[in-house]
Amino acid sequence: MLLKFVVKRILWLIPVLLGVSLLIFTIMYFAPGDPARQILGDGATVEAIAEKREELGLNDPFIVQYGRYMYNLIFHGDLGTSYATSTPVSDAIVQRYPNTLILASLATLFMILIGIPLGIISALKQYSWMDKVCSVVGMVGVSMPTFWLGLLLIMIFALNLRILPASGFYGPRYWILPAFSIGFCSAAGLMRVTRSSMLEVVRQDYIRTARAKGQKEGVIIRHHMLRNAMIPILTNIGLQFGILLAGSMVTETIFAVPGIGKYLIDSVNGRDYPAAQSAVLVVSASYCLVNLLVDVLYAFIDPRIKSQYQGSSKKKAKKGVEANGTAEE
Amino acid sequence: MEQRENENLLSVRNLEISYETDSGKVYAVNNVDLDLCRGETLGLVGETGAGKTTISLGIMGLVPNPPGKIRNGEIFLEGQDLLKTSEHEMRKIRGKKISMIFQDPMTSLNPIDTVGEQIAEVILLHEKCSRAEAHRKAIDMMEMVGIPGERFGEYPHQFSGGMKQRIVIAIALACQPELLIADEPTTALDVTIQAQVLEMMDGLKKKLGTSMILITHDLGIVAETCDRVAIIYAGEIVETGTVEHIFDFTMHPYTKGLFGSLPSVAGEAKRLTPIPGMMPNPMELPKGCKFAPRCQYKTARCEEEQPVLAEMTPGHLVRCFAVQDGTCQPERQKEEEL
Repeated sequence: MLLKFVVKRILWLIPVLLGVSLLIFTIMYFAPGDPARQILGDGATVEAIAEKREELGLNDPFIVQYGRYMYNLIFHGDLGTSYATSTPVSDAIVQRYPNTLILASLATLFMILIGIPLGIISALKQYSWMDKVCSVVGMVGVSMPTFWLGLLLIMIFALNLRILPASGFYGPRYWILPAFSIGFCSAAGLMRVTRSSMLEVVRQDYIRTARAKGQKEGVIIRHHMLRNAMIPILTNIGLQFGILLAGSMVTETIFAVPGIGKYLIDSVNGRDYPAAQSAVLVVSASYCLVNLLVDVLYAFIDPRIKSQYQGSSKKKAKKGVEANGTAEE
Repeated sequence: MEQRENENLLSVRNLEISYETDSGKVYAVNNVDLDLCRGETLGLVGETGAGKTTISLGIMGLVPNPPGKIRNGEIFLEGQDLLKTSEHEMRKIRGKKISMIFQDPMTSLNPIDTVGEQIAEVILLHEKCSRAEAHRKAIDMMEMVGIPGERFGEYPHQFSGGMKQRIVIAIALACQPELLIADEPTTALDVTIQAQVLEMMDGLKKKLGTSMILITHDLGIVAETCDRVAIIYAGEIVETGTVEHIFDFTMHPYTKGLFGSLPSVAGEAKRLTPIPGMMPNPMELPKGCKFAPRCQYKTARCEEEQPVLAEMTPGHLVRCFAVQDGTCQPERQKEEEL
């Protein structure tokens, strides 16, 4: 039943991505600037530019251009050729996407490791000094810009202590600083969600029931409280991870990480239409997939949601039977 | 004194519990003494906010702290003072020797665990047995409270309120506790289900030889299930005795008021006589008798001096000057009214 739900959701991706492609194509089409001029440079003659425009098909009507792009994408799996580098866009994305994926995953891991424990502590010790310390840490995390923390970390760990590299992305040692700076800044939000979600759960009657059973406090926190508080926490993690998958431009720039965020911004600035369109498509597809994953995880956390998924498909099945019945009559 | 404590399963002495809030100290339980013999059922009766639940949480060692605090007293279970027992030891007592049924079955079960697992949880905690054995015992418990064992793997949201309360009862009785505290076990249930659940609890209690503290504000339930009764008002016991004492020789003006506000099923319909006024604010309790502001027998002495719980006839204790000096006479409750 859950499989059916997943398949249905994946099929829904198709119209969503079509919509995204149309939207981004339209925006790029009407955006000021001329790719032909960008490619040829300021010194190019008007004739050369006109020729280039014709060559790139930029003079064709909007529908024709969009149709051509979608035709190549759907029937040849071709994401187009970059204007800037004259190489296939898919190559660049395949090269850069794993970096973003690593950075986003690691940053999310840092975020979880920092945010959830702090949130739990401040909820359990509400109004105590620990709660206040956690709030201050959270406030600092929220207000501190990622790039500033990034620069600070480079100064401390790369320049002074010389234990971690300052830039590049060639192995695990290079991943730590950028991932941590993103993770710490996102942890604050997660901490606050964890705190409020836990606070809602700690005074529930079933927690008292668990205590009345003689259950250990650790199990009560981990199992009875945290699992019940998990839905909003998971939503927050999913959203953050989805955003990070779109690349983090600033952090990628500071740490010279060849990721998708920087690629996207460079393509837009360079009027590299195929590159920008394709990068946005990939980013939106992964965002949708992360959301789907979160929705599926809900079902594993909360049996009520699972039965909802199952219930909806059962209801459909019933409706189908009724429809058949009337058709036969 | 020593002798008496040994035959009692539970003795509570001078229990005082308060809650510290921003606006002041709430005196929830004041100077409460309770005794419970093995196999006996004690009814704790009182209005909402009288401190009944706080007393039971105190016995369980589950008074939420902060804001709650046990300020004074001793609670002996089989001679062991629970207030001097470490949290680690208390965890072994909770669920095993004392267990509790809470008021609202709708919220007392964890929504994300199957009901079977929730019963098995308490068995696994207190009995040395494998997971499979605990599951089997949990299924036995479900059958015992009248729920088919094949529903082991279902979740609380798939059960009705009455069924959930049965599960809660199964959890409470799973380790055959010596003492069962039932905090208004039927308040949240339909009237039709109430009788069923009470009957089942009473049967199981007799079968397992459990002692019970039944918290309720329903005097009808008390008459049916309890051996002894303690009437609580503003965190104090105002009258205590056997069921016969309370029903046939009702003495304290407050207890009389409670009976007066019961609707009568038999006989002609007449106006109920509610107790005038409100329970005092537990942050500013009256100096003398706590019931004095609402009492028709009130004298100047009642407002100045705190009456003690005095034994009127053997086993029947009343906290009232008017009763003690004879101005307030015992009253007999008509049976058909209950």
